[in-house]
Amino acid sequence: MADRFPIEAGHILLFARSVGDANPIYYDEEYAKTTEPGQIIAPPTFVQASAQFTEDYGLRPKIDQWWFGSGKEPRGSGAPKPPEQESGGGSGGGGLHAEQHYEYHQPLTPGMVLHWEREPGETWEREGRRAGKLIFSESITKYYDQDDNLVITARSVGVRTERPATQG
Amino acid sequence: MALKASDLSVGQVHEEQVCYDLSRTQIVQYAGSSGDYNPLHTDEIFAKAAGYPGAFAHGMLTMGLTGKMLTNWVGDGRLTKFGVRFVSQVFPGDTLTSKATVKEIREEDGQKLVDLEVETVKEDGTAVATGHATARVD
Repeated sequence: MADRFPIEAGHILLFARSVGDANPIYYDEEYAKTTEPGQIIAPPTFVQASAQFTEDYGLRPKIDQWWFGSGKEPRGSGAPKPPEQESGGGSGGGGLHAEQHYEYHQPLTPGMVLHWEREPGETWEREGRRAGKLIFSESITKYYDQDDNLVITARSVGVRTERPATQG
Repeated sequence: MALKASDLSVGQVHEEQVCYDLSRTQIVQYAGSSGDYNPLHTDEIFAKAAGYPGAFAHGMLTMGLTGKMLTNWVGDGRLTKFGVRFVSQVFPGDTLTSKATVKEIREEDGQKLVDLEVETVKEDGTAVATGHATARVD
């Protein structure tokens, strides 16, 4: 089944709290009516939380699957997976987020149900000061509402490093 | 409560402290709300085993904090573009200040817009995120 991101007011409230944003437009319906958008809206980076609703997202523990974070052992991104869990358990300890860009086509509001199309962009390499070879790769995601109206276009650049990047 | 083009001038700056003494708890909150549970951000033991000095904040938490400064200034639902590069890592204990500088005030298809240069820095002035934003203004 294709991934769907239902935009919910409670989730917006929790997200706004997590970025320390006390603006009542993110949680108070009565106040929101008095604002220009006229209703609760999501903060500018909220769409990133589509990760919660992405089935194969590698940075969320999956029920009954091996996870690469610490438990009894510290593990680390290079730790071998138990053989019975070859296919699961997350990944990405060595990959970092290098850039994120958004274009906003209309406000993101509770009640919308987003679906998206993701396509790969450019890939390029650069020699880092400390982290060795840096491999950058871009992806472009277009988020649409349930009526197929474009809501947000996101361009993300990820970087994989040879060694841990201690400064960016 | 939106900005007016006539009140803006190139070079004008808006600045806000967006977090003070960043706590591990806030990083955990962000992991929970965003769904990015990469243990590098919340699991000190894992982060050290992976070769980092310790757990560090999500780049997207820094971008979210930076976005708060922008929406506080340009108004709700006014951004048309917002993008940053993550240039340095943010660790627990960091205090961050975000700054927007007016680069251009222009009009496109009858809509007045302001282009902003955006930067978030640590207390010692180290930039952690740099980028641009565009907002509709009256």
